[in-house]
Amino acid sequence: MKILVAVKRVVDYNVKVRVKPDASDVDLANVKMSMNPFDEIAIEEAVRLKEAGIATEVIAVSAGVANCQETLRTAMAIGADRGILIQTDVELQPLAVAKLLKAVCEKEQPQIVLCGKQAIDDDANQTGQMLAGLMNWPQATFASKIVVAGQLATVTREIDGGLETVEVPLPAVLTADLRLNEPRYATLPNIMKAKRKPLETTHPATLGVDVAPRLKTLKVAEPPKRTAGIKVADAADLVMKLKTEAKVI
Amino acid sequence: MAILVIAEHDHTSIKAATRNAVTAATKIGGEIHLLVAGSACAAAADAAAGLAGVSKVLLADAPHYADQSPENLAALVVANAASHSHLLAAATTCGKNFMPRVAALLDVAQISEIIGVESTDTFVRPIYAGNVVATVQSADPVKVITVRATAFEAAGDGGSAHIEKLSAGPDLAQNKLVGRELSKSERPELTAAKVIVSGGRGMGNGENFHRLLEPLADRLGAALGASRAAVDAGYVSNDYQVGQTGKIVAPQLYIAVGISGAIQHLAGMKDSKVIVAINKDAEAPIFQVADYGLVGDLFEVLPALQVELG
Repeated sequence: MKILVAVKRVVDYNVKVRVKPDASDVDLANVKMSMNPFDEIAIEEAVRLKEAGIATEVIAVSAGVANCQETLRTAMAIGADRGILIQTDVELQPLAVAKLLKAVCEKEQPQIVLCGKQAIDDDANQTGQMLAGLMNWPQATFASKIVVAGQLATVTREIDGGLETVEVPLPAVLTADLRLNEPRYATLPNIMKAKRKPLETTHPATLGVDVAPRLKTLKVAEPPKRTAGIKVADAADLVMKLKTEAKVI
Repeated sequence: MAILVIAEHDHTSIKAATRNAVTAATKIGGEIHLLVAGSACAAAADAAAGLAGVSKVLLADAPHYADQSPENLAALVVANAASHSHLLAAATTCGKNFMPRVAALLDVAQISEIIGVESTDTFVRPIYAGNVVATVQSADPVKVITVRATAFEAAGDGGSAHIEKLSAGPDLAQNKLVGRELSKSERPELTAAKVIVSGGRGMGNGENFHRLLEPLADRLGAALGASRAAVDAGYVSNDYQVGQTGKIVAPQLYIAVGISGAIQHLAGMKDSKVIVAINKDAEAPIFQVADYGLVGDLFEVLPALQVELG
């Protein structure tokens, strides 16, 4: 069974992003980039399924600029067998990425596509669900546990107020939530080994996909900042201020 | 062209977040239809018809809508999308699950978790965990939108929409619900609570968390929340988590106890009206967003607070 994992190169989660002076976009010059943390969890899960003898091959796919190669090498250092880069300088939105992944799915015929539940840059939380829709496959999003047996995936999902368990027949799209696993650190030997793994580069036009953005960003801004208030002396002072000043209790 | 809001419900009543989505729809402007898909859900449709601002309720009542599977729900929405200019759902785990599928099937972009409406095609949404807000414009013929509930007021009652029955779509049978484990609590839901008492790693352990925070929450009629650190340390289950990857909340009063204020936590609560921070570390970043900061040992402050509240 092949598993395809979609990985995105995003601003590292530790970076405090800044808005460009002309408010056109976020300033990404000289900013540290990393693999989207949820995608790292997705890769780890796929590699574990391979180690458990369920998957035979794990393929990492990334779409974007040439530097996404680094993200694919990271995925291969965690344990993906090979990588596919769909290279373009066009700003890719979730629908375009889902269409690119569909083209790859039609060629590679995976039984499971694993995605992170959302990317920490655009916070869209769309691509996996969109791919499932385009493929007419079932979807199980926000997974905190995945059990694959035969042609069935049993997935525990994080939902508002608790957990839900669903069964979906394969092929299916699954998306990883935070608590699905803790990704391993890539060891140096594995990082070296990843450099020799196959990485194929293709382009949206080759796949026959129109990736033109559908949404136009008119401006970006920093949200109004909260300013620090006052320090209160003790519990009595706090209760008094909440009652008489803030009037919230 | 009317706006279609897809209602979230428990087959008898409408979930609170749907009321906020209805308000977002009124800001876009135009006639508002509410879609209720479920099984034996006439009571929910009646409740939907009573929402202020709603002119028509579309009811699809069939056994295969009982579990709200994203495949069946998306297919139904797509089948009824024609003659609607906008499709809206609350950005709950349910809305986030099926709406992108709807958008893909309609070959349009989705605009996720809007926090503002600028015009019929221009919306404001947070990116980078709320550290940046983007104003985006959609040129698609139909706008598929999820709504961050805390950014809009809840629509009230007083409407008297008529209910129109829809014919159900086929059962795609792609997704079987095995079971749900929902946390049972007498306290209000986190995302709908007016007051939230939230604990972090400073609570020390799960026993302290419950012993010290529950009485305070009960005294204030508050919901209980937690930071990711407290969840990861196993003090409480993950449905308590407030933050970028947990719940986004905006209560009238948010009391953060033993929470340092990691950026991912602030992303989930910084729109609260009044923030109180109790932490022994005066340098903790939570104090930079708190209206009222109390530097002190929570094991002394919390009992004192309980006494003061009476």
